[in-house]
Amino acid sequence: MTQLSKSGAAVGEPGTPDSHAPTAFLEVRDLKVHFPTDDGLVKSVDGLSFTLEKGKTLGIVGESGSGKSVTSLGIMGLHTTGQYGKRKARLSGEIWLDGKELLTARPEEVRKLRGREMSMIFQDPLSALHPYYSIGKQIVEAYRVHHDVDKKTARRRAIEMLDRVGIPQPDKRVDSYPHEFSGGMRQRAMIAMSLVNNPELLIADEPTTALDVTVQAQILDLIRDLQKEFGSAVIVITHDLGVVAELADDLLVMYGGRCVERGPAEKVFYEPRHPYTWGLLGSMPRLDRDQTDRLIPVKGSPPSLINIPSGCAFNPRCPYADLPKDNLTRTVRPELTEVGSAHWAACHLSPEQREQIWTEEIAPKL
Amino acid sequence: MIRIPAATRPRTVLAYLIRRLGAVLLMVLVVLLTTFSIFFLLPKWAGQDTAVLFAGKATGAEQLEGIRQKLGLDEPVLVQFWDFVKGIPMGRDYANGGDVTRCDAPCFGYSFRTEEPVWDTLKDALPVTGALAAGACVMWLVGGVAIGVLSALRRGSVWDRSAMVGALSGVSMPIFFTGMVMMGIFVHSLGWLKIDDDLSGADGIDIWLQSLILPWIALAFLYAAMYARLTRATMLEVLGEDYIRTARAKGLGEPSVIRKHALRSAMTPILTVFGLDLGALLGGAVLTEQTFGLKGLGFEAVDAISNKDLPVILGVTLIAALAIAVANLVVDIMYAVIDPRVRLS
Ligand SMILES: Nc1ncnc2c1ncn2[C@@H]1O[C@H](COP(=O)(O)OP(=O)(O)O)[C@@H](O)[C@H]1O
Ligand code: SF4
Ligand SMILES: [Mg+2]
Repeated sequence: MTQLSKSGAAVGEPGTPDSHAPTAFLEVRDLKVHFPTDDGLVKSVDGLSFTLEKGKTLGIVGESGSGKSVTSLGIMGLHTTGQYGKRKARLSGEIWLDGKELLTARPEEVRKLRGREMSMIFQDPLSALHPYYSIGKQIVEAYRVHHDVDKKTARRRAIEMLDRVGIPQPDKRVDSYPHEFSGGMRQRAMIAMSLVNNPELLIADEPTTALDVTVQAQILDLIRDLQKEFGSAVIVITHDLGVVAELADDLLVMYGGRCVERGPAEKVFYEPRHPYTWGLLGSMPRLDRDQTDRLIPVKGSPPSLINIPSGCAFNPRCPYADLPKDNLTRTVRPELTEVGSAHWAACHLSPEQREQIWTEEIAPKL
Repeated sequence: MIRIPAATRPRTVLAYLIRRLGAVLLMVLVVLLTTFSIFFLLPKWAGQDTAVLFAGKATGAEQLEGIRQKLGLDEPVLVQFWDFVKGIPMGRDYANGGDVTRCDAPCFGYSFRTEEPVWDTLKDALPVTGALAAGACVMWLVGGVAIGVLSALRRGSVWDRSAMVGALSGVSMPIFFTGMVMMGIFVHSLGWLKIDDDLSGADGIDIWLQSLILPWIALAFLYAAMYARLTRATMLEVLGEDYIRTARAKGLGEPSVIRKHALRSAMTPILTVFGLDLGALLGGAVLTEQTFGLKGLGFEAVDAISNKDLPVILGVTLIAALAIAVANLVVDIMYAVIDPRVRLS
């Protein structure tokens, strides 16, 4: 366990876990979210750490099943609410939001923060909105949970928000139902709802995955604009590096419930240092290149989260797994180490090996 | 509460209602036609003369001819049908020469057996069955849904397991069995309750309640068990929906999440099944009335069938069909109130 808990620590030396409240607006320390199931313990998130300041955007990238949603629901406190008769998720580590630790806070306190200080946008706005309530009613509800105002005032606020996110004729559309909206409009409405209380932290979990390509860009622009306007901290989660490359200040690449690389967005995107990130870049659609001239996408399937491969979890799929000496890759879990200024990667490749692969194989194909 | 906010909404709701109403009228017409043709054709197939059924065996040919004229049996079928339909809202005169019998609206004809207007029988039987069915519906809906919701929220607990075992045995228990057992205990052994087998408007509410409480339970038990299982399954499914997660992400407390978001959605499948069960409910009511000896529509129907009392059979069928149609219309309206997507389709 000691090995596990140390490995994900990307934030310098946190010392003993409960020692001090951090100065960052959001700080996640060694977060673990494990689900007991009939088949065994699913380690969906296994020692994740990061920090985020107000006014900044963090992009979390990883293929499906890497623990991105579980992380965001963990921050929102939604693994422990309303889990009727289900086996309890096991959470450990620390989540500090604006000086408050959320995992040890009373559920009622966390509930009061939900939707007000931190809010969330989901992947599929059609299923995330209640089909039986009008858009306006759902926004009004979100507002009135945290504000003691009458329905009229809340309705005005809802219309104002719909207008702000670019919905035409907001005073009419406020009474429409989700199924009467297009996909893009629904996501806009969802964004309006999540921002109605001016939250300081916004988590967007694959906000564009369910949308048309043309609409995707609009929604991302909207998120960017709103962040500038509201100055909140934003986490954008995606399986598509291209989506967040320009939007995010920092990028965090997740694999098998852990962080394998993180750093300033332009570093991680233009000078990635981890073989998995190279593979992710290879999975991005590129129209300007021939098949032969492209990076190789990651092959194989995501790791089992019950029996995580020993050593580096990426080793069964990594083309360079045999390079590090002493078979390290298969026996010892690589720690995050600094590979550039504020740029961290968890890989056993020596700096020379990495440099060589980078200059000979990767950089020419970027 | 029907909320009709946008300018477009009333029209669509109204259009929806008109469509449903049209469907109901069509259904009533079909029932009318079918029952009437049974009334008309059945004796023929059985090789019997309707006039003989009316008059009894030992009647002279002359009298039979009179009856035929009076009942209009010699008229073309369509004319007979029209006379019958018209008689319901307008009343009807049965004439045999100068001998005219006035049957006031709503006229369903005269019983072959008692020679009383069919409506008199219906008028007395309808409230009994109505009260029985309505009370049982309320009981099973409230009871079944409440138990189902609690079971879902405490999934896997002792409460959940015992409720579901109880529900399973409830589903497999026939009405006459539960009815007999309850009657044996509360009416015959303990003597706590007395069942009045000839309820009428003149009886006080206490007599009605005392007579109906056991039939309500007997009839509701079977359905409550079914609805508890249905509600539990539906709730568990709904609680896994994305929009429930959204509701929690807003900071809504769990009671509101359950009440406003989960239960609201769970009502749709429950209501669908309820609409389908309304028809079958009548069958249950017949059994219940037989078991407890209540003189409701079911009782009268069985009585009429064993006496080949065609007009009464016809009347009971029509009234029952009408009741089911109206109940279905109510269900449809509730459906549209709950699910906005229904209004538009
Ligand atoms: N409640 C749960 N019980 C068991 N396993 C879960 C649960 N929730 C998520 N998981 C598992 O955790 C892993 C990560 O899921 P998720 O965070 O949704 O991935 P993604 O990165 O695609 O958002 C998946 O393999 C998923 O099956
Ligand atoms: S540690 Fe080994 S297997 Fe893991 S990414 Fe680096 S080279 Fe590949
Ligand atoms: Mg996800």
